[in-house]
Amino acid sequence: MSETWIHIIMVVLILLVLLTIAAGLIYVERRMLAVWQDRYGPNRTGPFGLLQVLADMVKIFFKEDWIPPFADKKVFVIAPTIVMMAVLMSFAVIPFTPGIGVVDLNIGVLFFLAMSSMGAYSVVLAGWASNNKYSLLGGIRGSAQMISYEVFMGLSLMGVVILAGSFNLRDIVEAQRKIWFFIPQIVGFVIFFLAGLAETHRLPFDIPEAESELIAGYHSEYSGMKFGMFFVGEYLGITLISALVTTLYFGGWLGPHFLPPIVWFLIKMFAFILLFILIRATLPRPRYDQLMSLGWKVLLPLALLNLLVTGAVVLYWHL
Amino acid sequence: MSDIPSILEQRFADAILAQQATRDEIPTLWIKPASIREVLQYLKYQIEQPYRMLYDLTAIDEQARTHREGQPDSRFTVVYVLFSFERNAFLRLKIPLTDEQPVAPSVTSVWPSANWYEREVYDMFGIRFDGHPDLRRILMPRTWKGHPLQKCHPARATEMGPFQLPPEKQHEEEEALRFRPEDWGLKPEEVDPEHFMFLNLGPQHPGTHGVLRLVLELDGEEIVRIIPDIGFHHRGAEKMGERQSWHTYIPYTDRVEYLGGVMNNFPYVMAVEKLAGIEVPDRVKVIRIMMSELFRISSHLVWYGTFAQDLGMMTPVFLMFNDRERIFDIVAAICGDRMHPNWFRIGGVVQDLPKGWDKLIKDFLDYMPGRLKEYDKMVMRNSLFKRRTIGIGIYDTDEAIEWGVTGPGLRATGLEWDFRKKQPYSGYDQFEFDVPIGKNGDCYDRAVVRVEEIWQSLRIIRQCVENMPSGPYKADHPLTTPPLKEYTMQDIETLINHFLGVTWGPVIPPGEAMVGVEATKGHNSYYLISDGNTTSYRTRIRTPSFAHMQFVPIISRGYTIPDLLAILGSVDYVLSDVDR
Repeated sequence: MSETWIHIIMVVLILLVLLTIAAGLIYVERRMLAVWQDRYGPNRTGPFGLLQVLADMVKIFFKEDWIPPFADKKVFVIAPTIVMMAVLMSFAVIPFTPGIGVVDLNIGVLFFLAMSSMGAYSVVLAGWASNNKYSLLGGIRGSAQMISYEVFMGLSLMGVVILAGSFNLRDIVEAQRKIWFFIPQIVGFVIFFLAGLAETHRLPFDIPEAESELIAGYHSEYSGMKFGMFFVGEYLGITLISALVTTLYFGGWLGPHFLPPIVWFLIKMFAFILLFILIRATLPRPRYDQLMSLGWKVLLPLALLNLLVTGAVVLYWHL
Repeated sequence: MSDIPSILEQRFADAILAQQATRDEIPTLWIKPASIREVLQYLKYQIEQPYRMLYDLTAIDEQARTHREGQPDSRFTVVYVLFSFERNAFLRLKIPLTDEQPVAPSVTSVWPSANWYEREVYDMFGIRFDGHPDLRRILMPRTWKGHPLQKCHPARATEMGPFQLPPEKQHEEEEALRFRPEDWGLKPEEVDPEHFMFLNLGPQHPGTHGVLRLVLELDGEEIVRIIPDIGFHHRGAEKMGERQSWHTYIPYTDRVEYLGGVMNNFPYVMAVEKLAGIEVPDRVKVIRIMMSELFRISSHLVWYGTFAQDLGMMTPVFLMFNDRERIFDIVAAICGDRMHPNWFRIGGVVQDLPKGWDKLIKDFLDYMPGRLKEYDKMVMRNSLFKRRTIGIGIYDTDEAIEWGVTGPGLRATGLEWDFRKKQPYSGYDQFEFDVPIGKNGDCYDRAVVRVEEIWQSLRIIRQCVENMPSGPYKADHPLTTPPLKEYTMQDIETLINHFLGVTWGPVIPPGEAMVGVEATKGHNSYYLISDGNTTSYRTRIRTPSFAHMQFVPIISRGYTIPDLLAILGSVDYVLSDVDR
């Protein structure tokens, strides 16, 4: 009985911490972008503008929850929840430390891949249900993009799975005691990171949104908390991909003993979150046919090659 | 080789009605309306060293004009301005129309680029063009009554009765903006709603940089056709020119191409000076060049940042706007205002340069190169940026000339043509600078040319700072406005001139003059007609962006939406410059 309660409390705590991190990232991103762009960013609400997040949240909750009369109502409402749910479900398999984590699933990697594919529905359905031409184009781009990165995303992870001999994320972390996997799996890491960028629809792969072309694309028609869900979903996505990169390639909670495991995990995760933000500040956006041809012609063969070489090496030396 | 009027005189003896002398010394011939197409055809294709560019096409409402000595009888005059690159010369042809409901032959069969110009003339003057493929209003709303540049049309809102918008009228206005392909120049058989989708891009769209509406016909994301709708930024700048005095019109010119600041004053005041016969002192010339080049950098920085922004880069625009702020700080220190300093005057500039101006500019000249190098790494050498721009929106020199493209867009095709070099004004021939050119005429080359122009402008400004001549900042001429005040209390003649110049404004002697400059976007010129009055009789502003905008649908066909945004960014238009 008490174990069940501990588990429930853990789940709720993780959920709360994650939502706080995702919301806090809005502030972090705006401040970091401002630093890199020679400006101030939000600095008026509270000390260092820290309460900006709160103000944004209050604003977004109190906005009229408006559904355009021409939209497909049910789908329009469901679409933003899918992205939130899919990302939050993925966090269930992330082992933050040996003790902190929702579930110890022996198909953790596959579960994550399944959930990330679900997330793409959110974009496609939102684009379709909005009944707006820009949203439609955004939705189409979203599905095109999904087709091009999903395949090599899954394949790029398989190198790690072969090395660890398990789909379980805890086992994968434990397998990195000798060497973090980003060294033997550098190709897989780069490919997975690119796929992660595309997965979260962040610049340079914010193609379904493409503000300067499609005016926010699939979520043009959204406002209030429904828009907020897409927004927070995006930041949760960044957190998720950063957490996964940490787990899969950078030894998860592992690190010298002077800091507790959870701190190591968070340090690595935030480093990748900052990298996400830095990339957003730096790169232009490719065309979606360019992304597709990069995916199919370059990254997919590379991921396959990486899988092949890893498999061969493991077989030959019986690692 | 004999001069062009005598060549035409020989060949089209019956067609030529008169030859007119103008202050700008551009050969001006009156042609019979029925022969204009034939004459243009000859000038474009057959003559040695042809006039390949239809530089401008406009009209004059002659009904209130008093000084028409030696000109054929005319109620409305259509004016064609041609340009020959081989001759480096303009040519002006005029046709007189005597009817109250005038009809002129359309020359779209000779120059397809006449399309928009003829629509504009129809919109503004009510002159119909026989044979025009799609003659409808272009700048004014479809529901507009009357033709604004006719002399009988009121110039002020107060002359038009109170504005009212009852529900029926609002409905009518909204309906007028609805896109029905057949009302927008498409034939029913051309429209295929089963396969193609119409998408309204604008008038409110972050990628169009202003109130521009493009109706795209799309096959997936591929562009089949673009139908532009302009005029949302139309403020009647030409009509205001007929209402303001010569002097008080200067601030309006600032706003014609609102990124160019004093660069807009430049052709206007030079045209007035030409009409008035004012020769400005050297110091004025150099100050004008220096300020114009500062504004060229400022305008190019806006283009640089927003172009990168269109391609999805977030950061450059903030950094470049910061640099632009530095330019505005200098402009504010010298002129007292930032974007629209209204700083040039007929015969000079407002004031002498303030103390310490050279330090400000030198600091900027030392600061800017480092930044430009950084931007080069960040934007121009970025491989994603290159992939988005190389080979996109290509056109060659001939097409550019055919459609009236000037400025960086023309130079990017490989033609080394800069009016600062070819027809130097205000002493540009005294400066050392290069004219950067491109090769392929794609988006990337247009960017390369502009970035290089920033470097060249820095070079010119440095030469201005180092060689600023001393002397007066205004010409000693009775028509200089406001005149130098030093002598007013010493002799009655200057006192009276000063009094008149300040109260009425100057009375400019009758005549016609067109003066152009190499502005930030291309060749911008003011064609002024004085009827010996305190206001201009006709102010024609030929802006580069109008021609460039007409060209956009042609170069964008077959590309996708993201490419269209790259093309729009690389063309670097300003909507106020398109619509005036």
